[in-house]
Amino acid sequence: MIIAKNLTKRYGKHTALDNLSFTIEAGEAVALWGANGAGKTTTLRCLLGIQGFEGELTISGINVSRNAKAARAAIGYVPQETVFYDMTVMETLFFYARLKKTELQRANTVLEQVQLEAHHIKRVNMLSGGMKQRLALAIALLADPPVLVLDEPTANLDVKAQRDFIHTVQLLNQAGKTIVFSSHRLDEVIALGSRVLVLAEGKLTLECPPQELAHKLGLHRWLRIWVAAQHKDTTLRILHEQGYATMPNGRSVYVQVTSDGKIAPLRSLESASIPVEDFDLIDGEIMLKETDHD
Amino acid sequence: MIDFTNVVTITRKELRDALRNRWFIVFTIAFAGIALALSAFMQPNNSALRVASYSRTAASLVNLVLLFVPLIGLTLGAANLAGDRETGALAYLLAQPVSRVEVLLGKYLGLAGALLATLTLGFGVAGVTLALQGSVQDAASYLFTVTLAYLLALAMLSLGFLMSTIAQKTTAALGGALFLWLFLVFIGDLGIMGTAISTQMPIQTVFFIAAANPLQMFKLASILTMQANLEVLGPAGLYATDQFGGLLLPMLLLGLVVWIVLPLVASITIFARQEKFVFKGA
Repeated sequence: MIIAKNLTKRYGKHTALDNLSFTIEAGEAVALWGANGAGKTTTLRCLLGIQGFEGELTISGINVSRNAKAARAAIGYVPQETVFYDMTVMETLFFYARLKKTELQRANTVLEQVQLEAHHIKRVNMLSGGMKQRLALAIALLADPPVLVLDEPTANLDVKAQRDFIHTVQLLNQAGKTIVFSSHRLDEVIALGSRVLVLAEGKLTLECPPQELAHKLGLHRWLRIWVAAQHKDTTLRILHEQGYATMPNGRSVYVQVTSDGKIAPLRSLESASIPVEDFDLIDGEIMLKETDHD
Repeated sequence: MIDFTNVVTITRKELRDALRNRWFIVFTIAFAGIALALSAFMQPNNSALRVASYSRTAASLVNLVLLFVPLIGLTLGAANLAGDRETGALAYLLAQPVSRVEVLLGKYLGLAGALLATLTLGFGVAGVTLALQGSVQDAASYLFTVTLAYLLALAMLSLGFLMSTIAQKTTAALGGALFLWLFLVFIGDLGIMGTAISTQMPIQTVFFIAAANPLQMFKLASILTMQANLEVLGPAGLYATDQFGGLLLPMLLLGLVVWIVLPLVASITIFARQEKFVFKGA
């Protein structure tokens, strides 16, 4: 379905992609993993043919460098943050349907697919972030392309919107769509990916199943637990006494956990009669970013 | 290979966006209002004076075009592509099955349509007023002036698009457009005059430098249309009339067309090769 051979991209002296080669079979869901600047977005832009590159890249037999427009017609694209023009949801879908040479009736079908049909007359700028991303997914699905390219599509979404979005993409993958996505979230990669390509400085450094990623990269996962303010100190003390690495952060507490020990800190707090208001599982890199910002 | 259905789709969207743009609506109302005022109040009641007065009204409309049209054409073009680039809308549009040439042409034609609609409204209102006051015999001259204003508007839009293509940020594109407007409308003229006097530049050189300015091309062609010679412009005008005679008007028209085509082709060429620059935050 997608074959990349010696993909190289240079911006002046900086090499963004360095002889990157990979193959993605039809129906796979492949995650691109790596730090900022590793080459994930550049790889996705090469797939879309919106920037030049050296090497060979084919999508469904279409040579991307020779026929970028045809390659884009075979791809549905969802960026990290989609910026729409000032139109209603339906007008937006019609606009992109015309560019994709798709019947306008498809707009209704894709709106149902992403559960936005109740919002079709709303102006796009009235939609929440999650809804906008679902609209971007609807646009990506308009021409029923075989490949979906998603560039950190849930990066700006809240937890519920992330789950809903990933669930929809999972269903699309099950229905046969080939998915190529970049993500910083380990849980998302595990939930959606069938394979992970780990990039570092534009090179492919590791290729493995998502379940092995955390172990192979030595990644930690953190449980973020929200408790009432009066229980925060007790929570930190109890978890610390039980040998957990903890870190307070605003109204919540971070607890470092293993893949098979996520529930244990919650049970400990339950035994100590400390009510947990909410919790979330995040990977180490994200946690460090969040605490940096805070 | 350009897919013109894509161009039309983008043109329609741009046209609609421009017609919803508040600043553009204000410009349209202001232009039409001033054009109406000029045509209504500059015509005398005495019918014997009407023929001479038509030229005066038309000259006022030409000055109105010289001031307003470059400003709106340049800024509208400059803000468009750079604005879309800055918000990220351009990168998303380019990720669709469209080519860059289609995107740029669609955007240009959409804005051109909106700009020409504004001019048509302004000149239309003024033209009807003039006709009601009995200046029907000058209709051909008036329509030719309108055509020249169309060409000037398209040339300014092309230059605005060029600014938009090469500037990284909307503010830089708009700044460049405003500077160019100032240069073409005021500094260019004064600079040439000052240089001509201080260096005792030959009259033909003064004429060619002045005539290279698209605004001057429009002005010269408009005056020619109204008066058949350029005596009103002094020695440079006399030189041009003597030297080129009947060829002068076609030359000026061709010059305006070149000012439309060259910046537009340059924009398309640059835009088609731009890489990192196109993406927000890249």
